[in-house]
This record gives sequence, C-alpha cells and structure tokens, in this order.
Amino acid sequence: MSKQQFEISAGYKKWTNALLGVGILTLVLGFIFLATSKEELNQTRFWAVLLQNSVFFLLVVNASMFFICATTLAMGGWQMAFRRVPEAISSLVPVFGVLALVVFLGIIFGHQYGIYHWLDKEHVEHDPILKGKSAFLNPTFFLTWTIISLFMWSWVGAKMRKLSSQADEKMDKDQSKKFIWTNTVWASIFIVFFALTVGSTIPWLWLMSIDAHWFSTMYSWYTLISSFVAGMSLVAIYVIYLKNQDYLEYVTEEHLHDIGKFMFAFSVFWTYLWYSQFMLIWYANIPEETIYFKPRMQGVYRGIFFLNLITNFAVPFLLLMRRGSKRNYTTVTFLAVLIILGHWVDFYQMVMPGTVHEHYTLGWFEFGILALYAGLIMFFVGRGLAKKPLVAKYHPFIKESTIHHT
Amino acid sequence: MALKKFVVGCFEDEKVLFPAVAKVRKAGYKFHDIYTPFPVHGLDSAMGLRETSIHTAGFLYGLVGTTTAVTFMTWVFTKDWPVNIGGKPNFALPAWIPITFELTVLCAAVGMVLTFCYICQLAPFVKKHTFHARATDDLFVMVIECGEKTNEDELKALLTSVGAQEVNTQIAEEGWWIGRYDQEQSLYKEPNIA
Repeated sequence: MSKQQFEISAGYKKWTNALLGVGILTLVLGFIFLATSKEELNQTRFWAVLLQNSVFFLLVVNASMFFICATTLAMGGWQMAFRRVPEAISSLVPVFGVLALVVFLGIIFGHQYGIYHWLDKEHVEHDPILKGKSAFLNPTFFLTWTIISLFMWSWVGAKMRKLSSQADEKMDKDQSKKFIWTNTVWASIFIVFFALTVGSTIPWLWLMSIDAHWFSTMYSWYTLISSFVAGMSLVAIYVIYLKNQDYLEYVTEEHLHDIGKFMFAFSVFWTYLWYSQFMLIWYANIPEETIYFKPRMQGVYRGIFFLNLITNFAVPFLLLMRRGSKRNYTTVTFLAVLIILGHWVDFYQMVMPGTVHEHYTLGWFEFGILALYAGLIMFFVGRGLAKKPLVAKYHPFIKESTIHHT
Repeated sequence: MALKKFVVGCFEDEKVLFPAVAKVRKAGYKFHDIYTPFPVHGLDSAMGLRETSIHTAGFLYGLVGTTTAVTFMTWVFTKDWPVNIGGKPNFALPAWIPITFELTVLCAAVGMVLTFCYICQLAPFVKKHTFHARATDDLFVMVIECGEKTNEDELKALLTSVGAQEVNTQIAEEGWWIGRYDQEQSLYKEPNIA
C-alpha cells in the first residue's frame, strides 16, 4: 500500500531552501550591481533576465492547467492516477503571475527602453512602423490585457482545482454526471481563453514586442509549444519523484509511457514550428524579416541557436523514440531536465538578442535567477501536493486510469 | 508449406481466456496464435510473445529514406545540374528538409507495411486457413500447434477444463501457400500422420 498523503521530506526541504537561498542572494546582488548600476547595459541585462525567467516559468506552470483542461475536454481518463501533480504545479500560476506583473511594471515604469523600445514615446513619433502598431503596443493596453490574462488563468485554474476536490468524496451516478459536465464547462472556458492569450496575443506582447519592427505568425505557437513541452517534462519529473518516494500507487509504466509520448511528440512539434518559422523567412530572404535571424545565426548567438536544436530536437527525438526509454525512470528524468533547460535557453535566445544585443553573458545572474525559480517551484508545488490527497479516489474516471494500458 | 496438426479451443469471453492462456502456457504447449474479434490489451504478454522489432525496421527504413533524399538532392543540385535559384547556395539544405522529411516518412511507412505483410505471410493470392468462422466476429479462438510428442487427448481435456466451449483438431496448411478461395472448397486432405 502506497502512501496517500504527500509529506515534504527533509531532503526536499533542504534542496528547496538551498535553491531559494542562492536565488534570493542572486536577486539582491543583481539589484545592487546591475539594476542600480549607472551603465545602461547592466540595467537591461537585469530586466531582460527577469523577463525571460518570469515569462518562461509562468507559461510552463500554466501549461499544466492547459494539460488538465485539454484532457478533461477530450474525456481522457488515463491521467487521473497523477492528475493532482499538474494541479499542484498549476497552483503556481497566481504566484508567478504576480512576479511577472512586477517585472512588467518595473520595465514600463522604470522606462526600460532597452527591453521594449516601443515604450519610448518620442522615438515612436518618428518611427512609422511603431506608430502604426501603437494601438496595440502601448503601456495601457499591455498592462490591461496582461492583468486580465493573469486574472483569468488564476481564477479559472483555481476553479478547476476546487472542482477536483469534490472527487475526494463519494458521488452517486447523477452527481458524477453533473461533476463531469461542470468540469467540461470550466475547462472549455479556460481553453478558449488560453487560445486567445498564450495561443496568440500574450507572446506578441511579452516577447515578440522586444523586436517590435519584426513579426512572425508562427511566434505564438512556437512559444506555446515550447512552454507546453517543458511543462509536461516538469510533470514527468514530479511523477517520477513521487513514485520513487512510494506515492501515487496507481501510476504504472503505462502512465509514464504516455507522458513520455507527450514529451516526444511535442519536441517534434516544436521543431516543426521552429523550422516553419525559420524556413519561410530564409527562403523569402526579405531584409526586414531576416533581421531577426541575423544575430542568432551569424552573430554571437550562433552557438546557442544551434545548441537549442540539439537539446530540444535531436536528443529527445533519438532517445525518446524507443518504447523502453519512455518507460525508464532514469531516461525520462534525464530528458525532462534536458528539455526544461533547453527551452529555458530557447527563451533566452528569444529575449537576449533584442535587448542586450551582442553583449550577452550566461553567468552568475542568469543561473542564479534560474535557481530562484526552481526553488520557488519546489516550494509551492510541495505545498500544493501536501494540501490534498494525491489521488482523487472517487473521480468517475479513476477506474479507467488504474487499468490503463498502452 | 507443410501440413500441420492444430488443436483449436474456442472461448466466449476474454475473462475466461486470460487464465486459460496462463494455464496452457504453463503446461508447456506452443501457441500457433489466438484469434480475437478485437485487439485485447495484454494478451501478447500473457502469451509470452516477444516484443515486435518492426519499429527497429521502421527506423532503418526511415534512415534509408533520409539518406536517399539528402544524397540525391546534393548530387543533383551541386554536381549534376547546379542552378542558381533566387541567389541561394547550391547546397540549400533548409529548402530540402520538407522533401527529406516526406521521403523518410514514405520509406518508413511503406517499408513497415511490406515487412509486416511478409512476417504475417500476407500477399495477394496467398491463402490462409480459417480456424473458425466466428473468429473475427465474436469468438476468441486459441490455436495450439501439435508437435510430435503432443498428446492430443490430454490437450483437449485441458482446454475443456479451462473453459473452452468448443474443442477440435484441424489439419491445415501453414506458411506461404498459393491457392484460390473461390475454387478450392476442400482445402486439405486428411494425411496419415498417425
């Protein structure tokens, strides 16, 4: 008999505190040496790194709620054995949402033109392209839409998590039907709103507007899938961790196999979008479009750019292809960590060339902030897991999950 | 292409089938196959079949496709007939990716289908013996191949005891066997095995 209720172990706590300690120290040092430095480049580096991390990790934890809602709408039952894990991860959305909002407010009210050059009103006046986009790219719309999005993700997500708690108590047939229906309704609200935000507008505002003259219709999908595949990897890491600690009694290799399939399939899908965005621009060869790839392919970011393709496509593609490797704890853990770091670097190369230009450094500050976010994830996910029983015992679909066979 | 003797046991329910499979396997008999009306999850591992290696074959076929596409286009566009297309380099790898991808998928897919047909001995005009007319409809048909030492009566008794509704012996051609269904009604002669 496995354990039903998650308890934060001493080792887990130690790692959480260590990562948080390193992270907070980095943030303080960064604030002293970079944010308040006289040099503009240091300030830009500070805000760019914060922007990259806060957006990346917010979208990653939000991908968990997307996974829950998508499987709910598809009437999927196989994920019930571990559904409390993505639920706990998605409970981070309000926290990371507030952190991201603080970063946006800092950038906008700190007049960080190095990050978003459309913030500079005088510059926009003399720039016909930015002037044409100013109905969309202006601080008021940016903040309003950001706040609405953050609120909706948090609110509908909280609603879904609250609904899930009902499945801890016995339900009769009519209650079960009603339960499934309510879940379906809220999940569809989330999915529609998710499509309007992460699927389109939010990556335009938060990331694509760094290179405000440039645009790509693939960009939002690309960002969405990047965060989704990293989100699934995070779920995989937690499922394996819990399984190793003798929790999640219903989870078998079959469930891990299906999570592995998600990681494999969406790594390939990410590559498809990466390539589609690249190839059309490469083929047409129009200067205002190729400007985006100039620093990335021929400038100092060349190494990172191609490394990205190896860690996010070649390695997961070749290593996750075999059936046995999707069922192996060690392989899946290794690839999950690789994919998360790979997409973190992917976001890095989305943000940096437009902000710090050729003066990029992958140094103490970048990895310190990464540690801060890893610590925050460990801290809040641990708390979220401990709050509820790990399996919703009376969910109408639980049987489907316990007998799941791929 | 040899006549072989099979003992056939028919089951009505997969719940009866699974324990029966375990018992027959434990008794050491050799399954020819089990014909089911729908894919039964876990039956392959219950029967002790090894994992298929058709995906390995698929990977290799894919690799053949990738290599063919890349080498052929490289040869055409750099050696045989270099043409300046929109100022692009002759070795224009990004432009070839879609074709490489398609040829990879095509080779893998067609190769796997043909391999599958070969392993299952399926081809036009190749005849297969049907052990029971209801085998693909609503009956689970377990077919056990008889060797020289197999005691037929013992095996039949075992099948009945584990819940088979109908048990019989059939002698059938196996393997690549070309013939025509519409002309041959009597598929085999009773040979003198005993």
